[in-house]
This record gives sequence, C-alpha cells and structure tokens, in this order.
Amino acid sequence: MAVLVSKQTRLLVQGITGKEGSFHARGCAEYGTNVVGGVTPGKGGSLHEGWPVFNTVAEAVKRTSANATMIFVPPPFAADAIFEAEDAGIALIVCITEGIPTLDMVKVWAKIKDSKTSRLIGPNCPGVISPGKAKIGIMPGRIHKEGPVGIVSRSGTLTYEAVHQLTQLGIGQSTAIGIGGDPIIGTTHIDALRLLNEDPETEAIVMIGEIGGTHEEAAAAYVKDHVRKPVIGFIAGQTAPPGRRMGHAGAIISGGQGTAADKMRAMEEAGIRVAVSPAEIGAAVAHALGRFKKPFSPPCALPPVFGVRQ
Amino acid sequence: MASLAARTSLPGARRGKLLATMKIHEYQAKEILAKYGVAVPRGVVASTQEGAAAAARALFAAGAAGVAVKAQIHAGGRGKGGGVKIARTLAEAEAHAQKILGMQLVTYQTGPEGQTVRRLLLEETAAIDRELYLGIVLDRATGRLVFMASRAGGMEIEEVAAITPEAIYKEAIDPVLGLGSWQARKLAFALGLAPEQIAPAVSFFQALYRAFLETDASLIEINPFITTRDGRLLALDAKMNFDDNALFRHPEIKALRDPDEEDPLEVEASRYALNYIRLDGSIGCMVNGAGLAMATMDILQHAGGKPANFLDVGGGANQEQIEHAFEILRRDRNVRALFINIFGGILRVDRLAAGVVAAACKLAVTLPIVLRLEGTNVEEGRKILADSGLNFLVGATMQEAAELAVAAARAGA
Repeated sequence: MAVLVSKQTRLLVQGITGKEGSFHARGCAEYGTNVVGGVTPGKGGSLHEGWPVFNTVAEAVKRTSANATMIFVPPPFAADAIFEAEDAGIALIVCITEGIPTLDMVKVWAKIKDSKTSRLIGPNCPGVISPGKAKIGIMPGRIHKEGPVGIVSRSGTLTYEAVHQLTQLGIGQSTAIGIGGDPIIGTTHIDALRLLNEDPETEAIVMIGEIGGTHEEAAAAYVKDHVRKPVIGFIAGQTAPPGRRMGHAGAIISGGQGTAADKMRAMEEAGIRVAVSPAEIGAAVAHALGRFKKPFSPPCALPPVFGVRQ
Repeated sequence: MASLAARTSLPGARRGKLLATMKIHEYQAKEILAKYGVAVPRGVVASTQEGAAAAARALFAAGAAGVAVKAQIHAGGRGKGGGVKIARTLAEAEAHAQKILGMQLVTYQTGPEGQTVRRLLLEETAAIDRELYLGIVLDRATGRLVFMASRAGGMEIEEVAAITPEAIYKEAIDPVLGLGSWQARKLAFALGLAPEQIAPAVSFFQALYRAFLETDASLIEINPFITTRDGRLLALDAKMNFDDNALFRHPEIKALRDPDEEDPLEVEASRYALNYIRLDGSIGCMVNGAGLAMATMDILQHAGGKPANFLDVGGGANQEQIEHAFEILRRDRNVRALFINIFGGILRVDRLAAGVVAAACKLAVTLPIVLRLEGTNVEEGRKILADSGLNFLVGATMQEAAELAVAAARAGA
C-alpha cells in the first residue's frame, strides 16, 4: 500500500518547462508515475514533451484531476507556487526548491498548517518514492526496491545511501520520504512516522535526522508512545562544530541546542536502535527485521539499547 | 555578547535557532534600525586614528558627557575582551582608539587567534537607568517569529536565561497580523517600564519588528536596550543577522558583507556556490549533499581521523564543481589527504569518476586521493579510476574508505 504516492497519484509539475522541472518530470514518468501535466504561467495551452501546460494550478486541476504536484519554481517565486497549489486543493504538494527565504516559509506555514486539503512535503527535499509504484521527486529510482522498510529523512543523498545499503542487502522499501533540510518544513519527522506507522505494508522504519532544531526529539517521544514497529535511527552531524550552518539552512547547532548527542540520546531512550556510523544503517535494519542470524554489533562503542519494541 | 536567543532555555525560544547567516557590524545594524525609527545613540564610525579623534571631538563638542569607543568586529564578547572603553575626555578617547584600533581582539567567539579591529564606533554615552534585553528570532517548533524581552539586559544575560528562564517574556507573532500593539504593550508592562514609556516602547518594538520583516533578518538582538535617567529608550547595542536565502531581494544588505570577518577560503568557495566550512583537521572532504557531507565527517572521526572541512559540492556534482572543490581543498595547508565520498544517483558514477580524473589531471593534484563512489554504474566508474594511471585509493565501503583516508593522512603528516 505504501503512503503518500502510489499508482493512484496524478502528478502535476509546477515549473515543467524549466530545465530541472522538465528533466525530473520525465524521470518521474519513466519510473511509472502518472504525470498528467504542468503549470508555467504564460505558457498555458501549449504542450511540453507531450504534456499539457496550464497557466494556473486551478485550471490544471480542473482539466487533469491532478491530486499531487511537484514544485520546481525558483526560490523567489516558490512560496507563491505553494500557496497556489494549496488554494487549488491539491492533496500532496512536494516542493523540491532549495533556498526559499525563511520569512516566505513563515507565511506558507501559517496557511498550510491548518489546510483542510493539502499536505506539504519540503521544501529543499528530494521528494517521496514508493518503490515499484511511483515517485514524486528527484531521487534515483533505480537504487530502490519494493519492500517493507519505510524511511524518513531530512537529507537527500544520505537517504539514497540508506536505501542503497538496504537494497544491497536485499531489503526493499515501502516509501521513502525526504522531508527537507530547511528550518520550516511542511511535514516533520513526527508526521512521516505517523504515516509509516499506520501503513500495514511498512514493517520497520528508518529515521534519519541531522543537527539543528528539536523535531527529532519530538519524533522520538512519538515513537516511544505510539510506534510498535522497529525504528532505526541515524543523526548526521555528530562531529559538526556549533554555530555553523552545515549546508542545510536548518542544520546548525546554536547555544548548545540541536546537538547530535541530544537527539541520539532521545532516540535511544525511546527504544530506537541508533546507528552511530552511517555505514551501519542497512545492517541495523537487517538485524531489526531478523534477517541476520548473528547479533548486530555496531563498529563503534554504542551504549546498549534496552526496551526495543519488536 | 552572544545570543540570548540561542541560549535561553525557554521552551519556545530554546527552539528558536539562529540561522547562522550573514552578519553585519553593530554600526551597520544601528544605521538600518535608525531608518526604521529605532532610537540609537549618536555615533560616528572611524577607521583611522585621525578619524577617531575627529569623531570624538565632534561628539564632545555636541555636548556628549562621555564617548564610548567600540571595536567593530562580528564576534560577541567585545566588552570583556577589552574592545569597548568609555572616555570622559578627548585625550582619553584618543588613547582608547589608539589601543583598540588594529588590535587582535580575542573573545570567546573569535578563537584564540582573535580578530583584527579595523573599525571603531564612537558613540555618545547615555545616562543609563535600566539595562534590558530585546530579541526577535524564528521559533522553529511553531514556525513563527518570537519577540523576546527581559529585565536582565547587559553582559550576564545568557546566564540569567539559563538559570531563570521565566525572566524572559515572549510573544509569538502571527505573520498575518504582525506584532500587535497589545503584544508590545504586554512586553512593555512586563519589563516594568514607566506609564509614560509604554507608548514609546510600543513604537520601538514595532519598529524593530518592521526592520526584521523588511530586511529579511534572521536575528535581531538589542542588548542592552536601555532606559535613560531622563526617561528615553535607546538601543545601546544592536546585532542583526540576515537570511542568506533572501539576500537576492536586498542588494543593499548584501553589500554590507565584510570579507575581512570571514575565512578567505569560505569566501572563495561561496563564489562557486560550494557549501564549504573550514575545520581544523587534516582530511579534506568532498561530498555531494549536506547530510552525506556531515555523515562523512562523522565516519572519519569514528575512524580516528579529523576532517579539514565540510564541503557539499551539490547533489549533482559535475566536473566544474569538482575542479573548484579541488582548488579550495588544496589551498588549505593542513590537508594531508583528500576523501571524496560521492553517491551517484541521477548523475551516474562513471561520469562522476571521469569528472574526478579530469579535474585531478588538469589541476595536477599531488595529495593522496581516497574515493568512495557508490550508486549507478559503479563498476564502470571504478574502472575509469583504475585506468587513469593516477594514484587513487578506492574504498569498497564508506567505512573502508574512511579508514584508508585516515591512514593516508597519517602517512602524509
């Protein structure tokens, strides 16, 4: 069944006539996603690589019955594109754009948090994929494999890394959700965990976080109270210096808050198996799923984790 | 004075992260704030002894009882480091300026090498009645801006925040409605301002909020925010940071960037759109994606090495970006080995490998290069590296590659 994206997805691409939008619209379609059209203001009525282009999202929804959109609009106009998609009632808005001003996102969040129709994923994210079914985003489809592991992550390439490790071990994925690396994002770790927890096809969940903010801590508390599936965690930035923004606008330790150590401790206390090394994520999942006969031993000293719920 | 916003342990504010973005000097922040109607002391900037003397003379001539001589560097903790002095006479002001201008000012934020003082702000002193604190930051947990105020302004504010978080009053701001007069009033009364100071305080706070919004700031701190003995409200110090992502719509603020305050390699890297942060280790890292770049630093450290930097060449690393990255990394004299960790997703590994080989040849890189390439067409990629005739070390896994890089750095030390 997977979550968020499936064979029922009817995808619109906002910014389809741009270089990125065009390339990834094709990538999604090649993976099996039903791409139904695109939006580029001023180019309505034309065809782009066979897809109908509309001037407004509302018109595109009316004509195509799109239920999802993927946004490649440049940063100065991306918030506006999200508002337009929400107003058109699109259920799933995936914003790939990186570099949206924070104050624009403050306004977007004020609207989207109470939206009755729409969920926002991102911005500054790779998107969502349900392997073997469909994808909305820029991730390489071919490294994925259909299966039982749900993934939620703030980072793009680190998600690919985890997916690749799993696939190499013969373990497939139900849905991988890249929630994005910005300080304000539409779907947080908790929201994604809730979706994966309620998905009957997902048997285990990988949660990849990074320094900055406190969403991972909140998600750990949620896991402790609600999740009965094995959860495997990793936090990037264990050795990052405080006060510096590590690439992602949201990845920064400030005033002793948002450290990897805090997040890892919260996760361990919630019964999450925390991989200390990024190279061990796949093995930790395999062990949690009982795919390995011998016990999982992390490469580095890791405090024993008690109370892991199976 | 480091940020209370970052240190306070109040539930909301504690999540209100600084976005570590573009910083400016105090005098620049005050110039911006003054335009929005925020009251600041009369002051003059000087970059020479003569300029400082002239500024002090002018301030005394205009009736100043004293002149504050303040070092202009981005780091906090200037007062404790000896970068802020009060002069009662012109001679004293000149003596302070002589001492501070050009000094290596060491504060807890500069590191032991300190920061050269290239400019001074000379300001009329004020007869201080109370020292208070004001700040505006983003609260990531709620996705809203938070206006903070505290009675405990001045140097020890961070400790106060840690020990008595209830001493900080906060108002979350609705982005549609803005900072309501009622909210500003609540804060003003909470600060214990006199009845006749409430209306001016509301204007002051709303001016600060307007300045934050209209400049796309990521942080404003007024510490201390003072009341004077004659009842006026003044921003005695001012700190403003800005959202990098919004600089495109504020060329006038972008122009305030001071490269003297930044690492020269980081300045150069930013020109090539490389996310580069210099650290103090010996293994130069080149990675695609911020999360994987952080994880690469982590795995190197676990393997017993120290990363020389964080460097994200972008999700779709191309040859040009890789060349720029090589240029930056080899100019860091601490680097003994290079570790390239790239996950080829959309961009295939064979093309990446060809890019690395071409860049390494073109730039004649002599440092040992350890690679870990993974993803699509990885076999073809490894063959390209092997056939290149260059001295590449290839790790089969991230763990193995990290160990190779650590060993190579040790051998080269």
